[in-house]
Amino acid sequence: MSEEVDQGRRRLLTTATALTGAVGAVFVATPFLASWKPSARAKAMGAPVEIDVSKLEPGAMLKVEWRGKPVWVVRRTPAMLKQLESAVPYLLDPNSDGSVQPSYAKNDARALKPEYLVMLGVCTHLGCSPLAKFDAGDVTVSADWPGGFYCPCHGSKYDLSGRVFKGAPAPSNMTVPPYSFLSDGKILVGADGAASA
Amino acid sequence: MAIENSGNAQGRGLRAWINARFPLDTMLKEHVTEYYAPKNFNLWYVFGVLSLVVLVNQLVTGIFLTMSYKPSAADAFASVEYIMRDVDWGWLIRYMHSTGASAFFIVVYLHMFRALMYGSYRAPRELLWIFGMLIYLALMAEAFMGYLLPWGNMSYWGAQVIVSLFGTIPVIGDSLAEWIKGDYFISDITLNRFFSLHVIAIPLILVFLVVAHILALHEVGSNNPDGIEIKKHKDARGIPLDGVAFHPYYTVKDLFALGIFLVAFCAVIFFAPTFGGLFLESPNFDPANPMQTPPHIAPVWYFTPFYAMLRAVPSFLGTQVWGVLVMFGAIALLFFLPWLDRSPVKSIRYKGPITKAALALLAVSFVVLGYCGMRPPQGIYPLLARIFTGVYFAFFLLMPWWSRLDSTKPVPDRVTSHAH
Repeated sequence: MSEEVDQGRRRLLTTATALTGAVGAVFVATPFLASWKPSARAKAMGAPVEIDVSKLEPGAMLKVEWRGKPVWVVRRTPAMLKQLESAVPYLLDPNSDGSVQPSYAKNDARALKPEYLVMLGVCTHLGCSPLAKFDAGDVTVSADWPGGFYCPCHGSKYDLSGRVFKGAPAPSNMTVPPYSFLSDGKILVGADGAASA
Repeated sequence: MAIENSGNAQGRGLRAWINARFPLDTMLKEHVTEYYAPKNFNLWYVFGVLSLVVLVNQLVTGIFLTMSYKPSAADAFASVEYIMRDVDWGWLIRYMHSTGASAFFIVVYLHMFRALMYGSYRAPRELLWIFGMLIYLALMAEAFMGYLLPWGNMSYWGAQVIVSLFGTIPVIGDSLAEWIKGDYFISDITLNRFFSLHVIAIPLILVFLVVAHILALHEVGSNNPDGIEIKKHKDARGIPLDGVAFHPYYTVKDLFALGIFLVAFCAVIFFAPTFGGLFLESPNFDPANPMQTPPHIAPVWYFTPFYAMLRAVPSFLGTQVWGVLVMFGAIALLFFLPWLDRSPVKSIRYKGPITKAALALLAVSFVVLGYCGMRPPQGIYPLLARIFTGVYFAFFLLMPWWSRLDSTKPVPDRVTSHAH
């Protein structure tokens, strides 16, 4: 029997053991990390919600909660829809190319039916909820304010379609969630027509 | 040492019995009675011990708050009110904890500024500095998660803003933010896990890092206002000529400083626990409301300098990750300080006017940014925030040049100190 230590064999065994241990560590870590994902209950609570808009007055706004976020429904008057055109030169992303919305809401009104704006009331900057400032010239925003939404956290400004004005910290227009009309006065938020059919 | 140890082991009594089984006397000697610190410490050297005292305050009051607090979205806000109104002395314990959070950052910021002035981060103390910076990071995580627990409206929206920071990372951002929250929004689930991290995970990490910080300090020895190594001149027994034993010399000094600190600390607890909205923000006296953002969101004062930097950077290329990068970059740069400073001397005492001006500018920019971060992003504040974000970054990024350019004065061989 040799007294000499076979260093190569030792190194091989040490490396093999360490690698096996590392693979085991990854397997053990997986359930712990995965336990942080939304649970089955959280997913179930995130199901679509129905909104009754039949009693919403023109020019008024309705707030409902979906996945803990405010969903706004604004019934826009013809005058409000007209403001959308005049705002275009000052917008960062007038065609909503870099913004999140279903394909059927990628238009000036950002809506299925221009009269009804359905939108997540969440600033795309850092998730605050902007304030409705529909009146043009509202001095709490600025004297030349065309009307829209104003985020009090970091000063982002949006038009009446939730399109962001240039020079604001927010990088894109506010998000339009998937939605569909169940009937004339009923909106289902969280599922679009194709998906719910 | 070996002879001393065996001597102890052969002695009689409880102490000898322990020493034969556990290195009690050896540890006490190494870290307390025979740890030799430079004799020329000044007022700036009390903030390390004070932060240790505040840490203990946070741990003890935190344990007692946990006994009455309920970490659920339905009960959290009411349980804090219960602590304030119905638990005997609950208000005191909570105010000690909330004031302690701000006090922690005050003493840590002063402790860090001391290191900046006297070059305490320079070789051979780089690792000591890095452990300190990791403590600062853990402290920020701890404070942020603790701030969600009262489940007030500012708690809620503050957490919303900070978690969204992770959502700005391209590609993985959204799922990462969802993973952190454990839900599609800040919910009961988020509150419960932040509670776990706040009371178990981060405090454990903090205590471990504090031990590492002190071990590293005692390995290399303390720096001092002259920025010279006292280990260069030792007497026949190997004790630094300019060193004095930590106990009793500095324990007495630190106890005196602690007395003064406690006067201020107690004054805040008893007479101004909200500190005019700086330590406890008034929107947080409303329960969390996911549908209603407070009219103006600002984090607690100790985060506002970084918050101002976040807001100072506009979004471009369709993402606002840049502001987030600048904010985290401002903290990351601090880690590299030991290698950015190229001055041949450590202490500001022997550096020239450029260093003094740069350090003063850094302090001013930190305070101005802190103020901008509390104000709404209107008027002069966004411009001020941009200018001073630039100043802050210039301090660090240009340091390799200005620290070398600066004139120096001859450094003494022995520390300068006067007998009292």
